[in-house]
Amino acid sequence: MTVLKKVLVVDDDPDILDQVELVLKAGGYDVSPANSAADAEEFLNCTQPDLAIVDLMMEQADSGFILCYQIKKLYPNVPIIMLTAVRAATGLDFDGKTAEAKSWVKADCILDKPVRPEEILNTVRKLLGA
Amino acid sequence: MAELFKVLVVDDEPGMRSGVARILNDCCINLPEMKTDVRFTVSEAESAEQGIELIESQKPDILLLDHKLPGMTGLELLIKLTEKKIDILTVMMTAYASLETAVEATKNGAYDFLAKPFSPAELKHLMRKGSSRILYKRQARSLAEEKKKVRFEFISVLAHELKSPLAAIQGYLNIIHERILGNDLEVYDTMIERSLVRLEGMKKLIFDLLDMTRIESEQRKREFANINICEHAKKAIETSALAAKERDITINFNGPDNVAMNGDVLEIDIILNNLISNAIKYNKDNGKVDVDISSNDNFVIIKVSDTGIGMKDDEMKKLFRDFVRIKNEQTRNILGSGLGLSTVNKLVQIYEGKVSVQSEFSKGTCFTVELLKNSHQNLKEESELPANKIMAKTE
Ligand SMILES: Nc1ncnc2c1ncn2[C@@H]1O[C@H](COP(=O)(O)OP(=O)(O)OP(=O)(O)O)[C@@H](O)[C@H]1O
Ligand SMILES: [Mg+2]
Repeated sequence: MTVLKKVLVVDDDPDILDQVELVLKAGGYDVSPANSAADAEEFLNCTQPDLAIVDLMMEQADSGFILCYQIKKLYPNVPIIMLTAVRAATGLDFDGKTAEAKSWVKADCILDKPVRPEEILNTVRKLLGA
Repeated sequence: MAELFKVLVVDDEPGMRSGVARILNDCCINLPEMKTDVRFTVSEAESAEQGIELIESQKPDILLLDHKLPGMTGLELLIKLTEKKIDILTVMMTAYASLETAVEATKNGAYDFLAKPFSPAELKHLMRKGSSRILYKRQARSLAEEKKKVRFEFISVLAHELKSPLAAIQGYLNIIHERILGNDLEVYDTMIERSLVRLEGMKKLIFDLLDMTRIESEQRKREFANINICEHAKKAIETSALAAKERDITINFNGPDNVAMNGDVLEIDIILNNLISNAIKYNKDNGKVDVDISSNDNFVIIKVSDTGIGMKDDEMKKLFRDFVRIKNEQTRNILGSGLGLSTVNKLVQIYEGKVSVQSEFSKGTCFTVELLKNSHQNLKEESELPANKIMAKTE
């Protein structure tokens, strides 16, 4: 049997966390949920995931960004998906594609909530190159 | 504090220019109503054409403009400025103090008029008026900007608060729709339940928002009556009794039979209900809530203490702002909109009172509210209301 790929999921909304976990498990991944940035940091200190999915707005409006930085510092090669529900609401416009956005958004990909199962699985597969 | 205003004098008579410069460079005007002193630094131009150049390069605050100039006239310069949308406080100076020129100049945006020859006192008097006008305009502008900012922040947070439950519900529906867990309906039961809970939370948020808006907008007529706040406290305890019983939390009332105050029943109930419902929501099973009512000469004192989850120091600071909720392991499954305490705070201000909180993490929390027994029967002046009075009135 092959070893399952490990995915860290960080979101302070318990429902979104459950949903992403469920979708990824159904897709055959080993999921570690964390409900805060602090929780995620603790996990990261002892484990390297194969991929991380991070909510943008947690305790602070930019908790997600900060966590992304920390992940990339510890494990530069771990791909990150950022989940956000705020893009349209704030007029904040970033998709991680333009050069300028890339320089400060450390995520490899940004997805809008709500979670669409297919989209999540496709993105994860693409980033893990499988 | 001192303000330094840049003044430009445009006049073809060198004597006039240097005279004005001499007077203004040495003068200091005190504006007590603006709590500041004003000083001036003067530059000079001998024609309208040169004046425009200096206006664009130096951006003066005040323009002293002669009408009769060689080449372009003062009035023509004024019209040019309007076309270029340059806003500068302009005083026309002319020997031909005809009413006609004055009217024409004010029509074109001049602030006032100075008839030549004028005395230093006349000049200073006008500069005082003009300076205070500039400062007042600046103040008004920064106030308007502040208002816009608060409004934008409020709306972005509100949008986020409404989008989060929507995203959660949509997420569940997507999973159910795609039958991610197979065709057996029962496995989706918890998802449906959670969706209903989140919808309930959204509904509550919208109702709380309407309550708050009503308080802030003064739409509701406040009805003052002499009330016994102890009765209302007991009623509020009654209202929360069921929720308390579910978790074996006991609520005690401590206080005399009667503490009288002048108040609006609905507002007093909102304060009491919010504090007591929090004390239960953020309590532990088998916990305790104490509601103490007392009074001194001028104030009624409401104390609601609990043996609940408590808060950390840094968490307590933001508590009274709109939408603030503390997120941690203990609170993550408790529903709320984060408007309860901010509404309490707004009401307390209206009653010229105080609200404070003491808390120890995982031990308990005590909220103390003081309300003036005989507060104004009318809402205070608009300017004294909380800054985020924005849902109600758009500027
Ligand atoms: N008695 C208490 N003990 C511990 N924490 C409290 C207490 N009261 C309030 N809090 C904290 O303060 C936050 C803000 O309270 P507030 O009443 O404004 O909002 P809420 O209870 O979350 O929502 P609602 O608008 O439904 O009242 C709460 O989310 C909670 O974390
Ligand atoms: Mg509350």
